[in-house]
Amino acid sequence: MSRMKQIYSWLDARLQLGKPLMEMGEHPIPNRTASWWYVFGSAAFTLLMLQIVTGILLALVYVPSAGEAWNSLNFLNHQLTLGWFLRAMHGWGSNFMVAVVLIHMAQVFLFGAYKYPRELTWTLGVFLLLMTLGMAFTGQVMRFDQDAYWGLGIGASILSRVPWVGGSLVHMMLGGPIIAGATLSRFFTLHVFVIPGMMLAFTFLHVWMVLKLGINEWPMPGRVVRRSTYMAEYHELTAKDGRPFVPGGVWKDAVFSAAILAAVAVCAVVFGPFGPGGQPDPTIIQTAPKPDFFFLWLYSVLSYLPPSMETPFLLIAPVLGIAALLGLPFYASEGEKSWHRRPIAILALTTIAVSWGVLTHLGTYTPWSPHMDAWSGGPAIPARYLQTASPLEREGAVVFQAKQCRNCHSIGGYGGERGPALDDIATRMTEDQLIRQVLQGGGNMPAYGKNLSPAEVTALVRFLQTLHPANEPSAADAAQAATQAGH
Amino acid sequence: MSEQGHEHPNETHPAASSEQDRLTVSRRWLLLKIGIAMNAVVGVAITIPVLKYLFSAIKPDAEYKSWVSLGPIASFPVGETRLAKFTNPVRHSWDGETDGVACWVRRVAEQEFQVFAINCAHLGCPVRWFPQSQLFMCPCHGGAYYADGSRASGPPERGLFAYDARIVGGALQIKAGQMPTLSNTAKLERPKFVQIDGAHTDEAKGDSPCRG
Repeated sequence: MSRMKQIYSWLDARLQLGKPLMEMGEHPIPNRTASWWYVFGSAAFTLLMLQIVTGILLALVYVPSAGEAWNSLNFLNHQLTLGWFLRAMHGWGSNFMVAVVLIHMAQVFLFGAYKYPRELTWTLGVFLLLMTLGMAFTGQVMRFDQDAYWGLGIGASILSRVPWVGGSLVHMMLGGPIIAGATLSRFFTLHVFVIPGMMLAFTFLHVWMVLKLGINEWPMPGRVVRRSTYMAEYHELTAKDGRPFVPGGVWKDAVFSAAILAAVAVCAVVFGPFGPGGQPDPTIIQTAPKPDFFFLWLYSVLSYLPPSMETPFLLIAPVLGIAALLGLPFYASEGEKSWHRRPIAILALTTIAVSWGVLTHLGTYTPWSPHMDAWSGGPAIPARYLQTASPLEREGAVVFQAKQCRNCHSIGGYGGERGPALDDIATRMTEDQLIRQVLQGGGNMPAYGKNLSPAEVTALVRFLQTLHPANEPSAADAAQAATQAGH
Repeated sequence: MSEQGHEHPNETHPAASSEQDRLTVSRRWLLLKIGIAMNAVVGVAITIPVLKYLFSAIKPDAEYKSWVSLGPIASFPVGETRLAKFTNPVRHSWDGETDGVACWVRRVAEQEFQVFAINCAHLGCPVRWFPQSQLFMCPCHGGAYYADGSRASGPPERGLFAYDARIVGGALQIKAGQMPTLSNTAKLERPKFVQIDGAHTDEAKGDSPCRG
């Protein structure tokens, strides 16, 4: 015992860390803040540490070369003892980290914790969020497979839209004219040196400010933040109704961090590592690239934007979004913290959460994409649609199938979702309208006039005209009927 | 230079040394400023080559592009669109498979070719050719193009990127070398198009059968 004490005092006489650490541990936090709501920041920190440790362990084996990366990942997955587990921990750790950072941010926003005097803590937090997303994207590139390759292509295509310097930015990003060896090398540098280094520095300052300024108090309606009085009020609160951070608050952090680590490990064991998918050979084009989960929402946005809005949106929206996040604590540094008195904040957060959820969900099944093999790979057009059909109408069904209409239009419950299902198309469009639509396209449908002979068009439209429920007549042109009646 | 006044503070006489202290201190500040200035000069001198190194990948398009052969024209039947592959002229031994590039070759007539980039003009995903519907379709965000490369539907704001092509000694050559994007290939062109349906005034719907 005394031996341990001796060693401790020898070390502390040189390190001089004992006293400041003791003070940090003993600094008072408000009693109500010792809550389970405040555990996400420390969990994000724990996950960052996990990512660093597992990342270093993977870097022992991974080969950051465009020619070898994919092979070394498969070696990790299949041949090296527990290599798959380390990859799975790193991959799931990444997903958990993005999720926990977002939850942490939402909680801080809801609790008004970005207000005076913690504006800068929030600002650094915004940068930490951006770096976390940067790590997620560059990490997806490390998994150098088809998705990574074409994901880089999407990134380069977005950068190319920047006016004047777009081409130079693409060269900078790719390290040359194409996605190749130089590209992986520089993303490896970003993923392993540049971003983690900045993240550690920012994390240190972020945590330092939390400890020095004190953790945000539990927001109470009517307890308004004013610059002139806040510090005195806060110190009074922690003195009257507070407890030392250690162990009063930190025990919950410890328990939650352990739970998060356990959750990552369980996911890693149960679900295994992410990829790698197909080999990064750009001449293999039978691929449907998709980003990782946390970028799916963006993938959806990119398919729904009208062409004319795309470039302005891509270039302006991120700037505005980041500016709004950075500007928030300076715009609203005083005032109510409680969510009971901040309806716009609640509405904003709900809107963002719902939009994110919907877009992510759409990204999981991409209804905007043609189903490339629906015309050849699925069930035939249901027999009930053809039982009473004339030979010409049946010929139309053949045209429908052979010309791949089904890649975008479902019929009998099978086919693409790009265009409307056609099971009752005859109730909505007259013969003339059908002919016009097939020949000219429009409304996001290509024109097929050049690709179909007049006979094929006639057959196809005849078939489409049979597609209506038995008890509902097909659409007819009232004017046509009237003229014909007049004759 | 010895620093008596500060090494042995207890032995000096405060009154006698104060004037000298002031001079010493101001001299030290001056030396620090000189030190900072030297660092600034050296810093700039070092930064210039570092920046040149860092930005060395940025080159004019022409430096990256050269003529590449796609093989004899006989391998591309007239009236068909076929996938062709070539090795990027700018490459390194550590590129692995990534130095391969695919493109779509459409032989319009005996001596007339159109060579399209594999990359969708929207966000660069690989488009696929479907001879049945005579469309190029993109798997990412649903962009579609007609056989002549013009935009058919979906998010792209222009037609497919086309390579410059020529026939040399019976072989088809294209000018290639870098990933085609909106910043380095032909600027957005608005194809002339007669839109009959008044409801749609979108640009770039491609050739209509009713055109003209």
